[in-house]
Amino acid sequence: MSNILDSKIPEGNLNEKWTKYKSSVHLVNPANKRSLEIIVVGSGLAGSAAAASLAEMGYKVKCFCFQDSPRRAHSIAAQGGINAAKNYQNDGDSTYRLFYDTIKGGDYRAREGNVHRLAEVSSSIIDQCVAQGVPFAREYGGLLSNRSFGGTQVQRTFYAAGQTGQQLLLGAYSALERQIGMGQVKMYSRHEMLDVVTIDGKARGIIARDLVTGKLERHFGHAVLLCSGGYGNVFYLSTNAMGSNVTAAWKAHKRGAYMANPCYTQIHPTCIPRSGDHQSKLTLMSESLRNDGRIWVPAKKEDAEALRKGTLRPTQIKEEDRDYYLERRYPAFGNLVPRDVASRAAKERCDAGYGVNSTGEAVYLDFFFNMTEKYGRTEATKKGIENPSAAQLKEFGAGVIKEKYGNLFDMYKQITGVDPYEEPMQIYPAVHYTMGGLWVDYNLMTTVPGLYALGEANFSDHGANRLGASALMQGLADGYFVIPYTIGDYLADEIRTKAISTDHPAFAATEKDVEDRIQKLLNVKGTKSVDHFHKRLGKIMWNECGMARNIEGLKSAIADIKQLKVEFWSDVRVTGEANEFNQELEKAGRVADFIELGELMCTDALERNESCGGHFREEYQTDEGEALRDDVNFAFVSAWENLADGWKLHKEELKFENIKIAARSYK
Amino acid sequence: MKINLKVWRQKNNKAKGELKDYKVDHVSPDMSFLEMFDVLNEDLITKGDDPITFDHDCREGICGSCSMHINGRPHGPLAGVTTCQLHMRSFSDGDTIVVEPWRAGAFPVNKDLSVDRSAFDRIIASGGFISVNTGNAQDANNLPIGKEQADEAFMSAACIGCGACVAACKNASAMLFVSAKVSQLALLPQGQPEAKMRVMAMVNQMDAEGFGSCTNTGACSAECPKGIDLSNIARMNREFFSANLLGK
Repeated sequence: MSNILDSKIPEGNLNEKWTKYKSSVHLVNPANKRSLEIIVVGSGLAGSAAAASLAEMGYKVKCFCFQDSPRRAHSIAAQGGINAAKNYQNDGDSTYRLFYDTIKGGDYRAREGNVHRLAEVSSSIIDQCVAQGVPFAREYGGLLSNRSFGGTQVQRTFYAAGQTGQQLLLGAYSALERQIGMGQVKMYSRHEMLDVVTIDGKARGIIARDLVTGKLERHFGHAVLLCSGGYGNVFYLSTNAMGSNVTAAWKAHKRGAYMANPCYTQIHPTCIPRSGDHQSKLTLMSESLRNDGRIWVPAKKEDAEALRKGTLRPTQIKEEDRDYYLERRYPAFGNLVPRDVASRAAKERCDAGYGVNSTGEAVYLDFFFNMTEKYGRTEATKKGIENPSAAQLKEFGAGVIKEKYGNLFDMYKQITGVDPYEEPMQIYPAVHYTMGGLWVDYNLMTTVPGLYALGEANFSDHGANRLGASALMQGLADGYFVIPYTIGDYLADEIRTKAISTDHPAFAATEKDVEDRIQKLLNVKGTKSVDHFHKRLGKIMWNECGMARNIEGLKSAIADIKQLKVEFWSDVRVTGEANEFNQELEKAGRVADFIELGELMCTDALERNESCGGHFREEYQTDEGEALRDDVNFAFVSAWENLADGWKLHKEELKFENIKIAARSYK
Repeated sequence: MKINLKVWRQKNNKAKGELKDYKVDHVSPDMSFLEMFDVLNEDLITKGDDPITFDHDCREGICGSCSMHINGRPHGPLAGVTTCQLHMRSFSDGDTIVVEPWRAGAFPVNKDLSVDRSAFDRIIASGGFISVNTGNAQDANNLPIGKEQADEAFMSAACIGCGACVAACKNASAMLFVSAKVSQLALLPQGQPEAKMRVMAMVNQMDAEGFGSCTNTGACSAECPKGIDLSNIARMNREFFSANLLGK
């Protein structure tokens, strides 16, 4: 095993690792912090939290985002909530349980040390956010409210209606803006990082493009933090924002950072199904809806056919003719099984011919039972009505549902034109999150010294499948509570390094590479738009590297992607010029990187001869169609090194010293 | 559906802009307004023309990027909806739709329909926060906050910073945006220690950015896609006057 993949997990008992680390890690004194510069790329939860926290400590920070304001990063769209092991509900939660649930949820493909640290700091995140003024949901007594999410049997999810990501991001954004106002952070909005500059093997800066003027800029930093999010848009259609991209991470990969587990993709079970070819993105309906929504398809094929033709309404199908397939297959967790399990189950029913909309790719998420029987009846009892009518039950229950999920119901109606208070929602799985990302050690440093990856951009905490409400937790943990400590370990040795002039030949050479590539894109002058290629890539990835993968499909996908790459570079049409606001040029650079990433994802999926979490290989399944993991041969992290003629696989063995590795059952 | 468009085209901040006519055929009622623009841009690229620049990102109504002034109304004809969540089923076959950028001195045009809203960031940087460094917080449940109060703060915090309020206002006033943040933090006990300093700093910055005065027409709240209430402005005025009286 290559020694470069030293995960640097501290020695000692699991629950003492982080405490001991914090007490013994190198520190940088306040006077030296003032002369150390840190570049933060991305302003989502991880980026804003890191930039603000590091600036508070006294470092000089530059923060970059491609959006017009740091507040618009896609963390803002997270709906359901954020996990923390507070045990406010007295239901047996603990740091260990959150740790255990996360390792199990990740199908035993995450590092114990990292995940335990995440669970340890989870509580402090909630404290910090409340102190910032984040308006979490509360009970009448004034204390914080919790709800359940998939893959757990406790209530540990904190939330702010269906806008938790927005409120958390605005909290981090306000902390960031405070530091900008104080001059501790210099913000570069509408700037896109287009390359990493390395000097003597260390990351020393970036090349960024001012997206309004088109001008290339050189920026020096003693360290560079990539907080640039995930790469779900490789599938073209996903719940990611239109601008979400892999470019920052991919450029780092090309400069020596290993890419880990790129094939682990989270397909979220509850998204609004696509409506046609014009579709530009998919919209998520929060997992929190599965607290009160029951998922079903018709038990009879003829009913499914009638639904697809539009001759039958779901409300006309009798209770006994419905197949609540999650409750049937997984009685212990029911509708709250983890995302990968729920998604595959939906695909299985639709592939078997039970899909309920015209495309055959939709199942129902039905609130009627809980609206009337659970909430309606409780409300009626509160009001002292002994024999409520059906209309009363519905009216009372709808009030409670509105309180909990009002904005989601409104959004659903706005997009589909159907009122979910009257008819069940139609949902289908869609690409949502990528567990894979840049390989990092315990310090969150990539294989390039001085280059870090935080949040969704790294691979470290979610294994092969992320639990709901854990992305927000990880982004903020990395930014607020991990990097402020771990970066000291590196920067303590950099206090003698003076700021390097951006006239250094390495900056000039890297800028030249960026400029050449931009010119190359503009000079193809082909016939097809960037979107044309992006859509084709997305189709290949969704069909062959989506919810289910197999050896033939992956091989043909790799060949198709190679062909697509050739076509792209010979036939793409990028309008406009380099020295202006040019959204087509921005997209072209990102899609070119997605094409290369797509090939690596398929290569990784092909290499991993097992099924685990978000990676389901059809060849490896039980007789009941459950994922079949291979712990003997595949209990490792795949870390891919970019070489001139392809990729080289490095393996980081996963050691489970505290959790007994076991088949993952939610039955 | 067939749609006729009159779209504002402006090459950059210095150039003069004008409305240009476009036709989009094969519009599906299920398309979002921005997806209709995607189709138009695809056409323009095929013809070798410069596609229309517009801001957009999440396309689910929460990031606040999209900013089209549609037939004279920010985010178009529906209440409580951003441009990205507006669907073509809200229009009829053969309609002519005029699309312009936000119009405000404090929001200069970058290109076509994209404007510079960094003035909003500078207002937040002047005081739209609670000064609490990472790691300083007490246990979250040590500070009970009544549900109704927390809910009210949440309603103010729902602002997405899109700038529709400014675009809707005949004076291009930013009072609704600023007051939403002032209110959120004024409603919470955590926000009290800095409340007076905050409102003074934010109002001063708002004026320095060149936003207009508020004349209480209520257009801002009526056009706000998140339904931010006018009472926020009343609360901010109260905060501002009391801070002034105390000479902060």
